Amino acid sequence: MKNAVFIDHLSVTREKTGILHDISLSVDQGLVVGLLGPSGAGKTTLMQAIMGLVRPASGHVTVLGETAGSKALRPQIGYVTQSPSVYLDLTVRENLRYFGAIAGTSTAREDRVARDVHLNEHAGQLVASLSGGQRARVSLAVALLGHPRLLVLDEPTVGLDPVLRQELWQQFHDLADGGVTLIISSHVMDEASRCDSLILLRDGRLLATGSPAELTRGTRTRNIEDAFLKLVETTK
Amino acid sequence: MSPRRTFATAGRVLKQLRHDPRTIGLILLVPSILMIILKYVFNDASASFQQLAPMILGIFPFAVMFVVTSIATLRERTSGTLERLMTMPMAKLDLLLGYGLAFALVAVAQGLLAGAITLGWLGVTVEGGAVHMLTVAALSGLVGMTLGLFSSAFARSEFQAVQFLPAFVFPQLLMCGLFVPRAQMAQLLRWISDVMPLTYVVDAMKQVTLYSAWTGQLVRDLFVMAAFVVGALILGAATLKRTR
Repeated sequence: MKNAVFIDHLSVTREKTGILHDISLSVDQGLVVGLLGPSGAGKTTLMQAIMGLVRPASGHVTVLGETAGSKALRPQIGYVTQSPSVYLDLTVRENLRYFGAIAGTSTAREDRVARDVHLNEHAGQLVASLSGGQRARVSLAVALLGHPRLLVLDEPTVGLDPVLRQELWQQFHDLADGGVTLIISSHVMDEASRCDSLILLRDGRLLATGSPAELTRGTRTRNIEDAFLKLVETTK
Repeated sequence: MSPRRTFATAGRVLKQLRHDPRTIGLILLVPSILMIILKYVFNDASASFQQLAPMILGIFPFAVMFVVTSIATLRERTSGTLERLMTMPMAKLDLLLGYGLAFALVAVAQGLLAGAITLGWLGVTVEGGAVHMLTVAALSGLVGMTLGLFSSAFARSEFQAVQFLPAFVFPQLLMCGLFVPRAQMAQLLRWISDVMPLTYVVDAMKQVTLYSAWTGQLVRDLFVMAAFVVGALILGAATLKRTR
């Protein structure tokens, strides 16, 4: 099994309107994959489909060889939503301890992920007292707890300072070197160059997939933003 | 299902409460203060107070746990933490039982304090004694909790969830036999009150007040309350959806 994610003619509808239309793609293991597109393109819905949180109207999503949402996947995948899904009225450490107990990890692991996201100094602080960027990192730390083989991150770097953003991308690549597959959404095209592979999405349709170099070469453009525009034009 | 995850959840809910001392204070003290006020509302008519006080002690945990749980669960639904837990190796029952365990403890603590003040200081006597009374109070808290959990699925905002108190709890308060014996109510309301959980809470407290033994009717009331807990838990679990 080489694919971390395999999506076969996936469509998702909600309240009778389509959100995703006939999407087929595959994601290789051990890559940092960028999911790019403007807001409203369906990035979050696609991530939810991979996590098994939305039921496809048609088509099929396979994750690590299992149908998306199957019970066997739960210990192997980590999901970080756009808004930090942690308890504001608990401290950083208490959040990690609780989610760690659910995932079945050790306290040493909890300390480790807190250090990884540079929150060890704030471990005793209530999450409610942290800044937006710090809260996002608590949420990321929770997702890292159980050594997931697939990490799905919805806009994890929004509002972070450049130094920290740089460090987080480095961490993402370190994880990928260890065999973890990461799917990271962003509406900022300049983060594309940091990814091994890209999925371009617009209006619920797949625009293109490929490495940043392939996409710019194929469209004869100099950056992903221009490539995106060119692709929108040609698919009209 | 795993006891480790259930206990971790109960511990987490209690920790959240511990970071919120004002809520703990309100939960623990308000019923006791209301009992003291009620005592002096009746003032010289102490026979009426003696009759009403045990029933009201049974109603408090029901109403308080209903509100606390519906807000807590609504927060869990809207903050994304529920969605996260559903993508983790967590059984729905672990989450529900964890909440149940934590809030049952709170209901017992509340009942202990309000009961001690009512029996020890305000001079109310119950034949059944403290153990009977606390059993009814804890079960009453569990019924309120599980109904709150279920009803939170129908609230989109905390404003709506708070309005469920007058919508769901007040009608039961009127029809449960607290104000007027149920036999005197209009037939239709009597039938309706037959299927309302608070009716059995109040009836159980009447039994505890009058008899020292576990009477047949008391045991029946406790079973009906337990059935409401199980039923609301099943309905509540159905509202915790993994997929949309």
